[in-house]
Amino acid sequence: MWNAVFSPDFFNTMLRAATPILFATLGASIAAKAGITNMALEGMMLFAALFGVIFSSLTQSAWLGLLITIALGAFMGLILAFFVLNMKTDEILAAVAMNLAATGGTVLLMMTFSGDRGVSSSIKSFAAPSVTIPGVSQIPFIGEILSGQNVLTWLAILSVIVLHLFLYKTPLGLSIRSVGENKNAAESVGINSRRIQYIALIISGALAAAGGFYLSGGYMNMFTKDMSSGRGFIALAASSMGGNTPVGGFLVSLLFGLAQAFANVMQLLAVMPYEIVLMVPYLTTLVGLGVYYYAQKKRKERLS
Amino acid sequence: MNSAKRFDILRTLLSVIIALGISFILIFMMSEQPVEAIKNLLFGPLSSKRNMGNVIESMIPLIFTGTGVCIMFSANQINLSGEGAFQIGGLAASCVAIYFTADILSPVAALICAGLAGALFSVVPAILKVTTTASEMVSSLMINYLALYFGTYMLNNVIADPKANAASYELCEASELPVLIGGTRVHLGLIIALLVAVLGYFFLYKTKLGYELRLTGENGAFAKYSGVNIVKVVVLSQLIGGFIAGLGGGVEMLSPIYSRFNWTSLTGYGWDAIIICTLSKMNPLYTPFAALFLAYLRTGASIMSRRTDVTLEIVQITQGIIIILVVAEQFLSGYRHKLIAKEAKAALKEEEVA
Amino acid sequence: MSNEVLLQMKHIMKIYGNGAVANEDVSLELYKGEIHALLGENGAGKSTLMKVLFGIETPDEGEILLKGKQVTVRSPQAAISMGIGMVHQHFMLVPSLTVAENIILGVAPRKGIFIDMDKAVSHAEKIAEEYNFDIDVRQKVEEIPVGVKQKVEILKALYRGAEILILDEPTAVLTPQETDELFVQLIKLKEKGHTIIFISHKLDEIKKICDRATIMRNGRSMGTYDVKSISTQEMSRLMVGHEISLQFEKKEQHLSEKVLLKVRNLTVHNSQGVLKVDDLSFDLKGGEILGIAGVEGNGQTELIDTLTGLNSRYQGLIEIKGDSIANESIAGIRAKKLAHIPEDRMASGCARNLSIQENLFSNQYHSPEYSRHQLLKTKVMEKRSDELIKEYKIKCSSRRQHVGMLSGGNIQKVIVAREFSTGPDIIIANQPTRGIDVGAAAFIRKRLLEFRDAGCAVLLVSADLTEIFSLSDRLAVMYKGKFAGIFNDTEHVSEDELGQYMLGIKKAEVLEGAVYE
Repeated sequence: MWNAVFSPDFFNTMLRAATPILFATLGASIAAKAGITNMALEGMMLFAALFGVIFSSLTQSAWLGLLITIALGAFMGLILAFFVLNMKTDEILAAVAMNLAATGGTVLLMMTFSGDRGVSSSIKSFAAPSVTIPGVSQIPFIGEILSGQNVLTWLAILSVIVLHLFLYKTPLGLSIRSVGENKNAAESVGINSRRIQYIALIISGALAAAGGFYLSGGYMNMFTKDMSSGRGFIALAASSMGGNTPVGGFLVSLLFGLAQAFANVMQLLAVMPYEIVLMVPYLTTLVGLGVYYYAQKKRKERLS
Repeated sequence: MNSAKRFDILRTLLSVIIALGISFILIFMMSEQPVEAIKNLLFGPLSSKRNMGNVIESMIPLIFTGTGVCIMFSANQINLSGEGAFQIGGLAASCVAIYFTADILSPVAALICAGLAGALFSVVPAILKVTTTASEMVSSLMINYLALYFGTYMLNNVIADPKANAASYELCEASELPVLIGGTRVHLGLIIALLVAVLGYFFLYKTKLGYELRLTGENGAFAKYSGVNIVKVVVLSQLIGGFIAGLGGGVEMLSPIYSRFNWTSLTGYGWDAIIICTLSKMNPLYTPFAALFLAYLRTGASIMSRRTDVTLEIVQITQGIIIILVVAEQFLSGYRHKLIAKEAKAALKEEEVA
Repeated sequence: MSNEVLLQMKHIMKIYGNGAVANEDVSLELYKGEIHALLGENGAGKSTLMKVLFGIETPDEGEILLKGKQVTVRSPQAAISMGIGMVHQHFMLVPSLTVAENIILGVAPRKGIFIDMDKAVSHAEKIAEEYNFDIDVRQKVEEIPVGVKQKVEILKALYRGAEILILDEPTAVLTPQETDELFVQLIKLKEKGHTIIFISHKLDEIKKICDRATIMRNGRSMGTYDVKSISTQEMSRLMVGHEISLQFEKKEQHLSEKVLLKVRNLTVHNSQGVLKVDDLSFDLKGGEILGIAGVEGNGQTELIDTLTGLNSRYQGLIEIKGDSIANESIAGIRAKKLAHIPEDRMASGCARNLSIQENLFSNQYHSPEYSRHQLLKTKVMEKRSDELIKEYKIKCSSRRQHVGMLSGGNIQKVIVAREFSTGPDIIIANQPTRGIDVGAAAFIRKRLLEFRDAGCAVLLVSADLTEIFSLSDRLAVMYKGKFAGIFNDTEHVSEDELGQYMLGIKKAEVLEGAVYE
C-alpha cells in the first residue's frame, strides 16, 4: 500500500482532485473577505461545468469555451450580488435559490442542446489541455507529478498568488478587506461598499466558473447531472479553515486532494467499498472543520 | 390587518406571478407547443381525480420537511440537514419495514425509527457547533452527502435484493400506510403531516420550550441574559426538527408510492423545505398551504413534461425565482415606504388636530 | 467666524422604515469658520439630520444648499467630495489595519497597481504633524486607546480635505483631560478656517467652545441661538421643554441588617486576557443604592457580567443572600430574585422582532404563574401584559406590537417592567437611563428609589454623574478595575473631586466603607 501512496501517481491524483476545490475555495475566500458567504458557489460551478461543454463545443475551442464560461461565471456573481446587495435578499436564501435554479436549469439546457437528461456525451466538447513544462519534467519524482497536469491546475495555483497580491498589496484589495471587516468604516471614507462587494462576488463567480469548467473539461470530459456534487459547499468549509486567505485555502485544498487520493488508493486495494470512498471528501471536511474550530476555541480560551 | 401585513401578502403574490411569467417565457423559448405546455402546467392538476390526488400526495413530504425546517430555523440555526434527515429517515423506515413484519406494529416501529434516525442525524451539526463553534451551515451541507452515500452503501451491500435492479428487498405489506381516497394514492401520511404542522405550531407558540427556542432564535444574547439554557435549546430544537424531517422520509417510504428502498440521489425535499419555510414565514401552521402551492406546481410540471416537450426541471427555476423575490427586502420597498410614510404623516396630522 | 453662509439645510423631513418621524421640517444654517452646536437629547433627531447631510440617509423632503448652490448628497462619498467630513459616535475604523492604512483608506497612493506603503506612511505622518496630532501611524488601530482613535478619525476627515467637520458626540467616550485636549485642537481647526458641527447634549461643553447652537427637540428645530447670549437654563428649557431637575424626594434610609450581595477579592479577566476587575470587595444591603461611577471601560461591564452570571470565569467570592453563585446558572441566579437592567438594551435586553408581550416574560415564563408543565398560560400573560403596559406607561399600539418599533425610552420601559415585575430583592442596573427621553428616565429613577425604600438592594452603574449623585446612598468610583474611592455620603463630594477619582488622579489611601464588617 505504501508503494501506491508514495508514487508520483498518487500526488498527481491529489492535485487533480484539489484543483476544482481550490478554485471554488478562492472564490469563497474573496467573497468572505468582502463579508459575504457565497453558498451559491455550488450552483455556479454546476452551471459553469455545463457552459464549458456547450461553449467549447460551439466555438470548437477549449480556450474560447473557458473564456466564455468564466465570463458567464462573473455574470452569475453579478446576479447574486444584485439580489443580495440591491434587493437585500438574505445571502443564504439567495444562494439556495440559485443552486435550485442550477440543478433544474442545467438539465433544461442540456435537454435543449443534446436531448439527453443525464450526461452530455453526445456533445463533442473540448477539454483544457495538459501541459508539460520543459525542464521541470526532468526532475525525478516531482517532475513526474507536475508534468502532464492540466493547464487549469497551473492556472489555479497562479490564481492563489495573484489573489494574494491583489488582496494584500493593491488599493482595491485593501478596500475589500476593510469592507468585510467593518463595512461602516469603509463607507465613512467614501468607499462604495456595494461596489466593492459587487467586484468581490463577480471575481468569486469567475473563480467558481473556472473550477466548474475543470470538472467537465479536465477532470472529466463531459457534463453529468449534478456533477459539482457539493464541491462548492466543501469550498466554503475549506475557505473558513484557511482563515479566508488564498494561501490558507490553497493548503486546505491540498489536504482534500490528499484525502481523495488516499481514498482512491484504498479503493484500488479493495480495502474500502466504493460508497465509502465517495464519502471521504465530506467526512474529511466535517472532521477538519471540527478540529480546526475546536483548536481555535481552545486557543482563545488559553488566551483569557 | 395593518398595511405591512397586507403588503407582505401582495408581495408574495406578485413574486409568484413574476416567477410564473418568467417560466412561461422560458417555455415559449424552448417548446414547440408552448400554449399546450402552459395549459398543462396550470390546469393539468385539476384535469382528473388521479392528478388531484397526485397534488395532495406530493404535499405530504413537503409539509414534513417544511415544518422541520421551520423549527430548526426558528432557533436561528441555519441547519440545512433536512435533506439528509429525510433520506436517512427513509432508509431507517425501510430497514425496519423489511425485517420487522408485525402487522400494525411494523409501520409504527418503522416511523419511530425514521424519526429517531432523522433526529440523531440533524443534531450532529448542532453538537459540532456547541462543542467546537464550527458553522452549522457548512457541516450540515457535508453530512447530507454522508447520508446519501451511507444510504447507497446500505442499499448495495446490506439490504440489496439480488433479484431487483438497484433496489432493496420489498418492504413488508403490513407496513404500508393505507390509502384514504380510493382511486388516488393519498394515504394516511396526509393526516400525520397535518397533525405535525399543527403540533409544530402549538409547540413553537404555546409551550415553554418553543418560547425559549424563539427567544434564542431572535436574539441569543437576550435569551442567555434572561436565563435560557442556550445549548439545551439549540440541541433540542435540532433534534425535534430532524425528527420531523426523518419522520417525513419514513412516511414517504411507507406510502403506496414505494415498495422498495431505491433512493440513489438526494430527494431535494430539504431544499424545498426552505421555500416552504420562507413562504410560511417560519410558522408551521402555514406550511400545508405553501406545500399545496408547491405540490400543485410540481404536479402541473410533471403532467406538462409527460404530455409535451418541456421538462419537469423548469419548476426548480420557478421555485428559485419565487424564493429570491419573496425574501428580497427591497423588492417593491419603494412602494412599501410610501405606504408607511403616508400612514405616519396621517398620524402626525391627527396629533396636531388633537 | 464670519457671517458668510456656508451651508443651509431647509425643511428637512425624514421618516424611517418603521414609520418613526426622525426629522420634521428641520432647518439649519452654518456660517463659515464657526463651531456650531447641534444640541438635543438622545432621540431628538440630531444624528439623523447629520446622516442626511453626510449622505447616509436620503431625506423625504427638503433641500440642502452648499455655498448657495443646491446640492443632492447621495452618498458619503459625495459628501466627502463636497468637503464634508464626519466623525461618528462609534468609530469607523478597521481594527486590523494600521493607523496609516486607515487614514489613506479609499484614497491610497499608488505605485503601479500596488499601494505605495512608504508614501502612505509619510502622508499620514505629514498630516498628523500639520495639525499637531501626536500619533504613531504604524500602530494597528486595535492596539491604540480610545482618545487616539478619535484623533485618527479627525485626521481621516482632514486628509480628505474636509472643510466642514461633523463631530457626533465626540466627548462621550473621552476622559475630561482628553476632552480638553480635543477642544484645544478644535479651536485650532477653527482658526485654520474649518467649520465644525458639534453634536452634543452637554451644555457646559457647548458653552465652552461653540459659537452658535441649533437646538432640537422631538425631531423639530427649536431655533438657532448665539451661545454667548443664551443662558444654560434657557438652552436646557428649549432642549427638554422644562428645566431639568433631579431633586427627588429621597426618603430616609432604612438599611436592612442582612447583606444581600457580598463580593470578596473578585478578579476578572476579559476574553482577551486583560485584567478588568482587580481584587474587588464590597457589600450591598437591602434598602440602599450603591452607585458606581467611572469612565467607561474601567471594569464596570465585566463586574456586572460576572455578578449576573453572564461571565462565569472569575476568581474570588460572590454570595447572594449568603450562597455562593460559583456553580449557579444565569437562571439560578435570577431565581434568587435578582433583576438586571443590561447596559445595551438592543444587544441583550430585548428581542426586537418579538412582541411586547413576548419580551415581558423572558425571565419569568417558567414560574407557575405563567406556565404549567410545558404549557404557557397565554391568557394570563395577555392580561398581565396589558397591566404592565399601563403601569409603566409604555407607549404602543398594543401588546402585540414588535418591540423594535418602539422608541428607545419605551423599549427601556419594557425591559424595566419585565425586570421589576418579578418583585426583586436585588436590582443591578447598568446605565438604566442612557439615551432615553427625560420623562422615561425620571420614571425609571423614581422606581429605583421606590424599590430602595421597599428594602431592595440596588447596584447602579451610570455614566450620568447627576443621576449617580441624586440616587446613590453610597458612591464608589471605579478606576482600572479597583475602587479608587468610596463615599458614604454623596453630599460631601463635589463633581470635580469625583472627576479626579475617575481619572486616577486622586486615590483613596485607605479604602473604607466598601464592606460592612
